[in-house]
Amino acid sequence: MLDAPAAGVFVPAEERRIGVVFQDYLLFPHLTVLENVSFGLRSRRVSRHEAASRAHEWLGRLGLGGLETRKPGDLSGGQAQRVALARALVTEPELLLLDEPLAALDVTTRTELRHTLEEHLGAFAGPRLLITHDPTEAFLLADEIHVIEDGSITQAGTADDIRLRPRTRYAADLAGSNLVTGVAHGGAVDTGTVTLHIADGELDGPVLVTIHPHAISVHPHRPVGSQRNSWPTTVERVERLGSRVRLRTGPPLPLTIEVTESATEELGLEPGTRIWVAFKATEIGLEPEVQGTGT
Amino acid sequence: MSRRETTRRSPVGRPPLPLVALGCLGLALFVVPLAGLVGRVPWSTLPELLTGDVVTEALRLSVIASVSATGIALVLGVPLAWLLARVEFPGRSVVRGIVTLPLVLPPVVGGAALLFALGRRGLVGEPLNRATGLVLPFSTWGVVVATTFVAMPFLVITVEGALRSMDRRFEGAAATLGAGRWTVMRRVTLPMIGPSLAAGLVLTWARAFGEFGATITFAGNLQGRTQTLPLAVFVALESDRDTAVAISLVMVVVSLVVLVALRDRWWRAL
Repeated sequence: MLDAPAAGVFVPAEERRIGVVFQDYLLFPHLTVLENVSFGLRSRRVSRHEAASRAHEWLGRLGLGGLETRKPGDLSGGQAQRVALARALVTEPELLLLDEPLAALDVTTRTELRHTLEEHLGAFAGPRLLITHDPTEAFLLADEIHVIEDGSITQAGTADDIRLRPRTRYAADLAGSNLVTGVAHGGAVDTGTVTLHIADGELDGPVLVTIHPHAISVHPHRPVGSQRNSWPTTVERVERLGSRVRLRTGPPLPLTIEVTESATEELGLEPGTRIWVAFKATEIGLEPEVQGTGT
Repeated sequence: MSRRETTRRSPVGRPPLPLVALGCLGLALFVVPLAGLVGRVPWSTLPELLTGDVVTEALRLSVIASVSATGIALVLGVPLAWLLARVEFPGRSVVRGIVTLPLVLPPVVGGAALLFALGRRGLVGEPLNRATGLVLPFSTWGVVVATTFVAMPFLVITVEGALRSMDRRFEGAAATLGAGRWTVMRRVTLPMIGPSLAAGLVLTWARAFGEFGATITFAGNLQGRTQTLPLAVFVALESDRDTAVAISLVMVVVSLVVLVALRDRWWRAL
């Protein structure tokens, strides 16, 4: 229990065992990296020597060895993020709270740091609470997602739960896109199970692929037309959302597709129906994925 | 070649002439009196004048009083600034006005007020005297009190401003790391406002070092006990011009050295 206003219980911030990673990290600018990371331990009366050695250990674990005497002003965004993470984790909190840790960054850095985060969040065994406005971030980093609208939770579940069975319009919009990782080369992306044709022939290397559910069409037979990506599959689930219907398809590449209710009727879509899915190369969103080496 | 010359100049171009002229006139207002003073310095007898009892005792008192006032301002002024910046309480703007009053009040009025309050028959002075036997007026302690009264507002307003403009989320971050209010103050707040605090201390010291009106009103002008350098100058002007000039020179040099030395290091905060 932290605060229970009804019962008159308020636990001051310094007595809550919550590690926080703030939006712009808030590393103390006048302290070195080592002093920043030891801060929490020193505040809890751990001896100087032990605090330093534990801080060293975490810095090493997050790949920050050698930066101990730097000031936060001399760190890259990725390094600052990891120092913030180390500073929060070294106190062995019962909960790790990440408050919009990527919101203040530009797109390229955000992708890079999301990776760093993904890589290092596993270093913490306890519950990790990530607050974000970015659905991609939530879907990539979270095991469980709670959708908050107007201050109350409207839905909770795994990424798939939200994506397949969004309960509100807002959740449906959030869950919007299909998200796939793959490797781009010569105008195509290999996802491991299918090869997607893309519009960008220059792109090379790991990419994050997004396909909006509206962009995918459903056909009873092999479609003839401009859609270069097409394969046969099976409808696995059908979810109704007012006049819209969300489909989940099976292998080779599971997709979430949004169609109208009338289309569902006409095509007789229900779990088990054999269909063809198709979408144009230009409908694919691509984002180069930076390998999480963390620099 | 001409291209290289234009790039070396600032992109804004030549400073406008009226500004330069007025700026120089303003500077002259400071420089001319200094030149007048330096021109009157009796260089040949200067060593003797400066090593006389009157001057050395006044210098000693001035140093004691100004350093003590700065120390007291640090111990009392920082908490006061913190309260003004961080705690909402009714009448805060009135309190802030009272704190800054000594900045605008004639020091003589301040000295008189101190006398009525802390004098032997004063509001606080009388019980204080009865309880401890301490007599503030016409004592070195009185000099320290008068000097602090006049100089401390400089520290309070500088530190309060710094506390208000500081990003308080850093204090919140420290709290999430388990730091109590006191640790936050000591390890985060104070270091982060450090440059402003230093600047405030320098200003406070400088004001204290030059204090005259409140001191002479409250503590009198007793050589070796309450006669600081400014008071010694005042006395010497009547009787011994050369000594007055010599002391003035000492004050100018000491103040200038301190202000110039500290300016580049800490004054950026101002």
